[in-house]
Amino acid sequence: MKATREAYGEALLELGRSNDKVVALDADLSKSTKTSLFAKEFPERFFNVGIAEQNLIGVAAGLSLAGFVPYASTFAIFATGRAWEQIRNTVAYPSLNVKICASHAGITVGEDGASHQSIEDIALMSVIPNMTVLVPADSIETKSMVNWAYQYNGPVYIRLGRMGVPDILSENYNFDTKPFVLKKGKRIVIFATGIMLWKCLEAIELLKPYNVEPTLVNVSCIKPFPEESIIEIAKEHEIVFTAEEHNVINGLGSMISSTLSRNYPMKVYFIGIDDRFGTSGKPNDLLSYYGLDANSIKEKLLLLGLK
Amino acid sequence: MKGEWILDDLLLRERAVNIRESIIEMITAAKSGHPGGSLSSVEIMVSLFFGGVMSYDPKNPQLESRDRFFLSKGHAAPVLYSTLAEAGYFDKSGLNTLRQLNSPFQGHPDMRKLPGIEASTGSLGQGLSISVGCALGLRLKGLNSHVFTLLGDGELEEGQIWEAAMAASHFKLDNLTAIVDRNRLQIDGFTEEIMSLEPLTDKWRAFGWNVLELNGHSFDELIPALKKAKKRGDKKPQVIIAHTIKGKGVSFMENVCDFHGKAPSEEQAKIAYSEIKECDVQ
Repeated sequence: MKATREAYGEALLELGRSNDKVVALDADLSKSTKTSLFAKEFPERFFNVGIAEQNLIGVAAGLSLAGFVPYASTFAIFATGRAWEQIRNTVAYPSLNVKICASHAGITVGEDGASHQSIEDIALMSVIPNMTVLVPADSIETKSMVNWAYQYNGPVYIRLGRMGVPDILSENYNFDTKPFVLKKGKRIVIFATGIMLWKCLEAIELLKPYNVEPTLVNVSCIKPFPEESIIEIAKEHEIVFTAEEHNVINGLGSMISSTLSRNYPMKVYFIGIDDRFGTSGKPNDLLSYYGLDANSIKEKLLLLGLK
Repeated sequence: MKGEWILDDLLLRERAVNIRESIIEMITAAKSGHPGGSLSSVEIMVSLFFGGVMSYDPKNPQLESRDRFFLSKGHAAPVLYSTLAEAGYFDKSGLNTLRQLNSPFQGHPDMRKLPGIEASTGSLGQGLSISVGCALGLRLKGLNSHVFTLLGDGELEEGQIWEAAMAASHFKLDNLTAIVDRNRLQIDGFTEEIMSLEPLTDKWRAFGWNVLELNGHSFDELIPALKKAKKRGDKKPQVIIAHTIKGKGVSFMENVCDFHGKAPSEEQAKIAYSEIKECDVQ
């Protein structure tokens, strides 16, 4: 079990070793975002701007203008919330080569509660033109994405989590923006993103006695949204479920239902946070409380999917 | 030597007149734009680009060793466009498409549409952070390039400015010089009435900056100060508080709040042209 933020810290360090254009920035959370690993080995290429997220984004923009590839990190709520307009105007509008790798996304931040739980960041980043929005499912995908982002010239947002996740994808998995069919089933398809891939995988185990075998798809590239592949996969099924650790408004579910409504109308059920703020609690308890744990997913699939 | 200086001085004045005329012309043609803060910063721009301060090459806008200029007060785009045109980055003839559909001369500067624009700016308070990042990057690369940033005084009310100010001194950026166009006016009125900035020099000093105050319409004061700023090695960022007059050079615009973001009529433009020729700069 490894949190995607930890995999990010390791991947960034590796990337820094082979590319001296990589610089890292943080806003006083380097121990939590794990940019501290990079900072320790490359202090001259690490800039801690203090508790100042708007400046964090601006300084990253300036470093990219000077020819570097900055990876800027802080908690997702502060990166995408407090500095949203800086990201929109200073980074995305001129399409600067800035990578925003924000940790502690979703409710599984845990005990810190609603003020620190970002359930809106996918929506906030996806609505900005030029922005690429990625959500890794595990540490393998995180590492692949961090390297992919370096090869890609333009702004990228990578959503990372605090909670440990088992490695789900195989060691030779390579991220390439297309949805990845993890399990081939029938009738029902679940498009999941981030930590929910793991929870859906658990739910599918629980569904075995009921003879329900949904297809499970990892959608880790939210933008540019892989419309064609989504439609193609959806066409082979009768019912679509979406699963995300995000507000059901304007996250993955909205993207999929809007894609399908325009191209191949069919029923879409959302699994996500039902337009409520988070609350304090242990990550696993929170997943249950908000209906995102394996059992809740199983119940929902049985209730809605078999109607 | 003296004769040479007088000739330079005349050329600088000529540049200033050309730029002021262009500002009025393009804003009048667009029927929208920001004349006040463009006119107030003409001598600052002329000093940077034609006073032997900045190193740049219009034929090679991306030259790595160039000095960088960031217009944080992006609404003063007309003064930047006319200065870059005057410097030879692009043809002057396009200036009159300002703010029109498909024009590279956007209402606020777009770095992807014109050479010489170092960053897309206009949303206030963000340019100093970009400058800090750029100055850090240039130093990391071992380049001697200097970063100049023009800030509006009203813009200093944005909290991000002070985040960036803190960072610049923390990172000991002596390759960064900020110039505050202190024209004392913002959209809703005088800065000291809307949100007082004074004591302004004390504020910057308290944030760890070298501070200098001067007359922002005087080449004699601006050019030596900017040249000196570029050659510092004191591990401190420098800010120049340039006292200016909003709408400088056009009597009915000077210190008139309304002309922050209002275009003159055709008749007003004619009066403006005649006054600009007589514009008194020191």
